[in-house]
Amino acid sequence: MSLRTGEPLENEPFSIEKRLSVTGVIDQAFFGLTLVLAVGIGLVLTWIAVQIGIIAFPAIQQYGVGFLFGTTWDPVRHIYGALPQIYGTLVTSAIALLISVPMGVGIAIFLSENFLPNSIRTPIAFATELLAAVPSVVYGLWGIFVLIPFLRPFFEFLHNNFGWIPLFATPPRGNSFLTLGIVLAIMIIPTIIAISRGTLLSLPPELRQGSLALGATRWETILRVLLPAGFSGIVGSIMLALGRAMGETMAAAMLVGNSNRITASILEPGATIASLIASQFGEAGREQVAALMYSGLVLMILTLLVNIAAELIIKRFQNVE
Amino acid sequence: MTDSDHQSHLPVEQIELHRSLSSVRSLFNIGMTALVAVFTLVALLPLAAVIYDVASEGIQHLNLNTFTQLPPPPGLTEGGFGHALIGTLITLGIATAISAPFGILAAIYLTEFGRGSHIGYWVRFAANVLSGVPAILCGLFAYAVVVLTTGGFSAFAGGVALSVLMLPIVLRTTEEGLLLVPQEVRQASLGLGATNFQTIFRIVLPAVLPSIATAVTLSVARAAGEAAPLLFTALNNNFWSTDPTQPIATMSVLIYFFAIIPYKAQQELAWTAALVLLGLILIVSISSRLLTRRKVY
Repeated sequence: MSLRTGEPLENEPFSIEKRLSVTGVIDQAFFGLTLVLAVGIGLVLTWIAVQIGIIAFPAIQQYGVGFLFGTTWDPVRHIYGALPQIYGTLVTSAIALLISVPMGVGIAIFLSENFLPNSIRTPIAFATELLAAVPSVVYGLWGIFVLIPFLRPFFEFLHNNFGWIPLFATPPRGNSFLTLGIVLAIMIIPTIIAISRGTLLSLPPELRQGSLALGATRWETILRVLLPAGFSGIVGSIMLALGRAMGETMAAAMLVGNSNRITASILEPGATIASLIASQFGEAGREQVAALMYSGLVLMILTLLVNIAAELIIKRFQNVE
Repeated sequence: MTDSDHQSHLPVEQIELHRSLSSVRSLFNIGMTALVAVFTLVALLPLAAVIYDVASEGIQHLNLNTFTQLPPPPGLTEGGFGHALIGTLITLGIATAISAPFGILAAIYLTEFGRGSHIGYWVRFAANVLSGVPAILCGLFAYAVVVLTTGGFSAFAGGVALSVLMLPIVLRTTEEGLLLVPQEVRQASLGLGATNFQTIFRIVLPAVLPSIATAVTLSVARAAGEAAPLLFTALNNNFWSTDPTQPIATMSVLIYFFAIIPYKAQQELAWTAALVLLGLILIVSISSRLLTRRKVY
């Protein structure tokens, strides 16, 4: 922008808006690019669901809602039902939550209160995060060769002493719902710890001070004041962990046994939706691919519901805060 | 606790401010503390056990051949997984080339243009939900989009599947870094007449380069261990391949296949591969954590 002397200014109004046009175009183009890519993330999410739905469409047409209740998976006669896999997904996730929720929340409390000096607490918290960094195939490998032999005596003990409970009614084998449930618990505990701990740390210190000043012990404060205050954050962390457990594939394919049945006994092998896809997709023909995509769609809907619920719950907590 | 008129009759020295250690409330307090301490120890056991077992099993067969040779045919011993190491690097390279620019630019939108906007809210929401989508579904997605349209399994398809998984990690980590840059810095740059583009590239991005590096390395560390998205995209390959249009072997898929077949030599290779993979991932995770302690600009 330069003012040329000798010309009357009113012919060319002075504008602070005016810039070199190239710079302006780059600026606008850059803004447009970032906007498109940001919106693109939302589109990728929908694209995944739509794309899986498209490939699954022939199977959805053919089997309809009955797919969710059928118990046969027969690629030879093309009869597909995913109830055993849906059952297995829910059972193993439930076992994983039963183990990891009390432990994860307990550890989150332990690492957010001042039980230990900060110099010890931070490394422990970091170590729990590393649990999440271990790849799931490595957990699977470790599960097959180390954990299954290690757990066998415990499973036999359960069967011999509590065999009258349907849950432990069958003699234990290596691969089972319980084996996978335990490994899933190990894998999802870091999620529960990280988010619950973040929630507890973000609570206003006045809550704790007030409760202690009224004469409550530390654990009375935790159980009656802090946990209710951070409830939605903790529930959100559990939902996220549930989503991870339901979708976990490699550990499931390696440890659950991939057998197509529904049993009350958690010492029996079974299958999950993810393990079904992982173990069968490789040699599947056209129709079986459609059926597997259909089961993938079921998994997608299950995990989406859980994850969206988790997001909304955590958001609500942040708003209350 | 006694009521006040009762208390007033007590001699002064009996009104104590501390609780007896043997009272029910104190015992409960101590018991719960002990319980969560035990929980913490129990939760750390699997981490220690996995690292110990992988290290002790894997190190026995770790030598130069591991990185330079192909796996032995079933029944024979000796060999390595050099092809899978290269395959992992290639698929990760493709995935990073897609997810890093995508995620970084989207994060720039969130902090530089879309603060407090509805679009920003929904993008953040979508990214969080996307990070919860199971890895196997990213594989099915890449199968439908790339494998079916190009007509074959390929390293590129594997890269696409992994990039979906890395995207939310890059986005959120970069965004966290960008949020730490004070608004005053941007205002000063704009006040001097710079455009948004100039401000972002000359002022904001140089300040957050460490965060961006962390974002990319964290996402790579996460994707390096994933086998589920690669099973039906990059598939597997028993031979050397660097061609992105052909199926390619990767470390994670190799561990899976070798863990479930009954040959001793292959199982030993699976352990060695697990050691190399876990070592790489832990080194990257720990070092990126140490390098970018929370900075205040």
